Amino acid sequence: MAKVKGSIVIDIEKCKGCEVCIPACPEEVIAIAQQVNGKGYKYAQPVTDDCTGCTNCAVVCPDGVITVYRMKVTE
Amino acid sequence: MANITDEDIRKPENLVYSRTKVLTENIMSYCPGCGHGTAHRIIAEVIEEMGIQDKTVGIAPVGCSVLAYNFFDLDMQQAPHGRAPAVGTAVKRLLPDHFVFTYQGDGDLAAIGTAETIHACNRGENITMIFINNGIYGMTGGQMAPTTLPGMKSSTSPYGRDVATMGNPLKITELLAQLPGTIYVARHAVHTPAAVRKAKKAVRKAFENQKLNKGTSFVEIVSNCNSGWKMTPNQSNKWMVDHMFPYYPMGEIKDTVGKE
Ligand SMILES: Cc1ncc(C[n+]2csc(CCOP(=O)(O)OP(=O)(O)O)c2C)c(N)n1
Ligand code: SF4
Repeated sequence: MAKVKGSIVIDIEKCKGCEVCIPACPEEVIAIAQQVNGKGYKYAQPVTDDCTGCTNCAVVCPDGVITVYRMKVTE
Repeated sequence: MANITDEDIRKPENLVYSRTKVLTENIMSYCPGCGHGTAHRIIAEVIEEMGIQDKTVGIAPVGCSVLAYNFFDLDMQQAPHGRAPAVGTAVKRLLPDHFVFTYQGDGDLAAIGTAETIHACNRGENITMIFINNGIYGMTGGQMAPTTLPGMKSSTSPYGRDVATMGNPLKITELLAQLPGTIYVARHAVHTPAAVRKAKKAVRKAFENQKLNKGTSFVEIVSNCNSGWKMTPNQSNKWMVDHMFPYYPMGEIKDTVGKE
């Protein structure tokens, strides 16, 4: 069976921690970090490996800080 | 499958989304979660996908997006408050082979610039106008705008907009759709992935229309101003759906091109 697996990279120095990506993710992959970035924002970060690479988080990100990768995996 | 790591997935051949090169690397000056950033991004993506970066001129307004020229990697001209459609008219007439767009807030487009907006649309200038309607004057501290909803609190209507003394909200987008010069008028939002994808299609159409040289294309984006509304970004998006959308309904209002 072919499945897809995704992975996101968040540019944490440019993230403002607005949290708009959190409800946009159907797999609940993203959460806000307890650490802050150089601007003092608690940034978003992926916390599970359930990402399917659907791009929803990147599509709603006001600051365009999310990069998305997706690959087919055959079991 | 268990041993596939993020490093295995993060390869160039698996890249499905990355920040468009039509935005500069500058951090946008907008508040966290503000729809202005998303609106910038979809405009930039459309320009990249159409391959018109070197022949597009953007007109920045006055308002929170006054610095838009720092964020788009494009030729940009900043206009006095409300005058972007007049400046856009001049640029397009001097450079008819270029794509010209204005980017304006509701204070800019529907208050101080109402005359320029209406006359550019009525003349049918062959430009694309993007209108960010967040219901208030964001930059200057959340004052009431023509677009402020009945009963909506702002810094100059602290008890809510009283229509009897403060007048009715102006649905300028519906008004512009009545003018013979507009060929495409639509209203969208950028608060969810589905909304962003729809808004981007509308922006694409509004840019493509310039190739036809038939009139003005206008896209309103109903947006949040979480700072001015004094809410978190996600709360403000919900408030926008519950309160702004009933008054400013989503969808295509006029499309004379599609019907030909
Ligand atoms: C001629 C003139 N009048 C008034 C101002 C002050 N001013 C700056 S921004 C602004 C309101 C902008 O609001 P809007 O267009 O809704 O954009 P937003 O900041 O909400 O994105 C005003 C009144 C100005 N800069 N120039
Ligand atoms: S004040 Fe409002 S419109 Fe301006 S950047 Fe902040 S949230 Fe956006």
